[in-house]
Amino acid sequence: MLKLVCLVPLLPLIGFLIIGLFGKKLSKGWVSAIGCGSVFASFAISLAIFFELVSKVEKSYTIDLFSWISAGKLSIPFSFLVDPLSSLFLLIITGIGFLIHLYSTGYMSKDEGFSTFFAYLNLFIFFMLILVLGSNYLIMFVGWEGVGLCSYLLIGFWFKNTAYNNAAKKAFIMNRIGDLGFLLGIILIYVTFGSVGYYEVGQFLISGSYVSGTSVITAITLLLFVGAIGKSAQLPLYTWLPDAMAGPTPVSALIHAATMVTAGIYMIARSNLLFTMAPITMDVIAIVGVCTALFAATIGLAQNDIKKILAYSTVSQLGFMFLALGVGAYTGAVFHVMTHAFFKALLFLGAGSVIHAMSGAQDIRQMGGLKKYLPITQLTFLLGTLAIVGFPGFSGFFSKDEILAAAYESNKLLWFLGILAAAMTTFYMFRLFFLTFTGNFRGSNHQKEHLHESPKSMTIPLIILAALSVFGGFIGIPEVLGGHHFLEEFLKPVFEGYSLRITHQLSHNTEYGLMAATTLVMAASLFYAYTIYFKNKTLPAEEGEKLNPWHQLIYKKYLVDELYNTLITKPLNFVSGGLHKIMENQLVDGIINGIGTIVNWASTMIRLVQTGNIGFYIFVMVISIVLILFTQMI
Amino acid sequence: MSAIQVIPLNWYLLLSTVLFTIGVLGVLFRRNAIIIFMSIELMLNAVNLLFVAFSSYLSDSKGQVFVFFIMAVAAAEVAVGLAILMMVYRNTKTTDINILNKLKW
Repeated sequence: MLKLVCLVPLLPLIGFLIIGLFGKKLSKGWVSAIGCGSVFASFAISLAIFFELVSKVEKSYTIDLFSWISAGKLSIPFSFLVDPLSSLFLLIITGIGFLIHLYSTGYMSKDEGFSTFFAYLNLFIFFMLILVLGSNYLIMFVGWEGVGLCSYLLIGFWFKNTAYNNAAKKAFIMNRIGDLGFLLGIILIYVTFGSVGYYEVGQFLISGSYVSGTSVITAITLLLFVGAIGKSAQLPLYTWLPDAMAGPTPVSALIHAATMVTAGIYMIARSNLLFTMAPITMDVIAIVGVCTALFAATIGLAQNDIKKILAYSTVSQLGFMFLALGVGAYTGAVFHVMTHAFFKALLFLGAGSVIHAMSGAQDIRQMGGLKKYLPITQLTFLLGTLAIVGFPGFSGFFSKDEILAAAYESNKLLWFLGILAAAMTTFYMFRLFFLTFTGNFRGSNHQKEHLHESPKSMTIPLIILAALSVFGGFIGIPEVLGGHHFLEEFLKPVFEGYSLRITHQLSHNTEYGLMAATTLVMAASLFYAYTIYFKNKTLPAEEGEKLNPWHQLIYKKYLVDELYNTLITKPLNFVSGGLHKIMENQLVDGIINGIGTIVNWASTMIRLVQTGNIGFYIFVMVISIVLILFTQMI
Repeated sequence: MSAIQVIPLNWYLLLSTVLFTIGVLGVLFRRNAIIIFMSIELMLNAVNLLFVAFSSYLSDSKGQVFVFFIMAVAAAEVAVGLAILMMVYRNTKTTDINILNKLKW
């Protein structure tokens, strides 16, 4: 069964080729069948691989495909690494990918680019699978770039709108900035270790020739982290994610919630040995993570677009995952990736359902009271919201608590900031829920007539994801609550195999205390949001209303975009314009045109030699021969 | 043979050079195309004379063989040249090279 792992990325690739080449001629039914079917088949194989890994003792398998690069001493094979971490990610990608494909058959059914959409989606799944299956950094980089490309294609899917195109370009360029760091990191790895494979690098590290904290390892890990900052939207390279909401909602759910943005976390989890040996970088990661979590949460408090709120929520949750990585809780980070994939995809798909019902409107000030028109959406959205705020028993509770416990153990301040961000998460998520689904409908009458529950193709994925959000946390119940942390056991070989990892050492009472604190804070926040938005029915300010300065600042997203504009975009555009006018038009064109003009002028001069006077010709001949003979003599 | 040896080789060299120079000057300064052809022939014959003189003095027959070549080439060249000149005369009724100056841009 493990040999079939090659099929896992191959089937979506074939789906992409078929739909991409023949999509316009195939019917919608066929496109949906091939698109969803290929991902479902990959999911089935991933499931089989997962269960096989669970049953076997040996947990790490390398499957060689072909020798990719071999030039002199440099030899990089194209091989897949199947181990607990990659098989878990395989399940997440193909499982949630399949549900989103299913959802898209309903959501995009009236779009004329239906087949192109599925082609791009399949291509994205292919690249993401390559990213997590690769056995060395270079294959991961191929997948990394590929998902960046697909992100660009899908964000700018409705390409006739210039603003959407700009958002797509912004995403791609910001990703590229991070990719530069990643590439430099890979090169440094090769120069230092002589190989880019995970296993080989690991062997070098355990052999003890590199003491923890050496500058070269710190440099490598910092560069890799820069790559993660770009891809996973951390400060300062996060501004592309809210703008990426310009793409269709299934795209936001798949790429910008569940899979692509988690590539950075996968990369760091995969390189956990390297990072454990660079404590400075770990601190940097934790600080950046918690700052991003807090920063994005504050912005989310004041937004009014349903998708923007969820986008800032994603940035914030990613900050949590990086916080976990920074304090050494690798299992916690991967656990949160998994639960976040469930409830964030659910929330985005639910938002898509709402937008679909509202005939395209996304402003929550125009919604309200949608409970009675969209019952299934409302229920699943509620379950997703409870999961994301960490309501006890839901999946988010277990993963978030694990992260906060690890943060508490490492540094109390990190824990405090984390709790603060969690409180804000509760507030803005319930603000979103109450304003959208409860109260009275505030939209136009035209919209009211069109309100309808979504078709089954859209509600079934919602229900499945809701079930996962509710029950998905049970694979990670900590011993403190009497459970056997299955996920930790499963991922142990990847993270602890070399006994260099930091281990937990909190007493049970402290853990109970932390859990109680989180729940208390969450309950208080929920009550506060409930009072403001449900009981008192306050509404957010309309456009153009005067807001107090703090509110204004948060609403305008701390003017970060404007800052980047003035600091980076405008000067670059100015330099580029200057170069165009001076270098391009005057210098380069001048030289090329000048050569032409000189040749023309020279020919005008030289042709005057041909006077036609034969006597002159003969004279020149004689003189030339004399000269030749003369020089020969000398 | 000995009679020819009486005249020093230098005198032959001088004679040949003078004839050649007269030929060159004729080519450069005469206006009639036929006179120019004649001057060219004069140049060729000057060279022939030199070849024969050297061949005799060095007792090497290669010089004389080469003279035959030169004569054959000269004959062929004159035939073609005069044919062209005749065609030009038929069309323009003149052989003055100052008037035949259309060989230009």
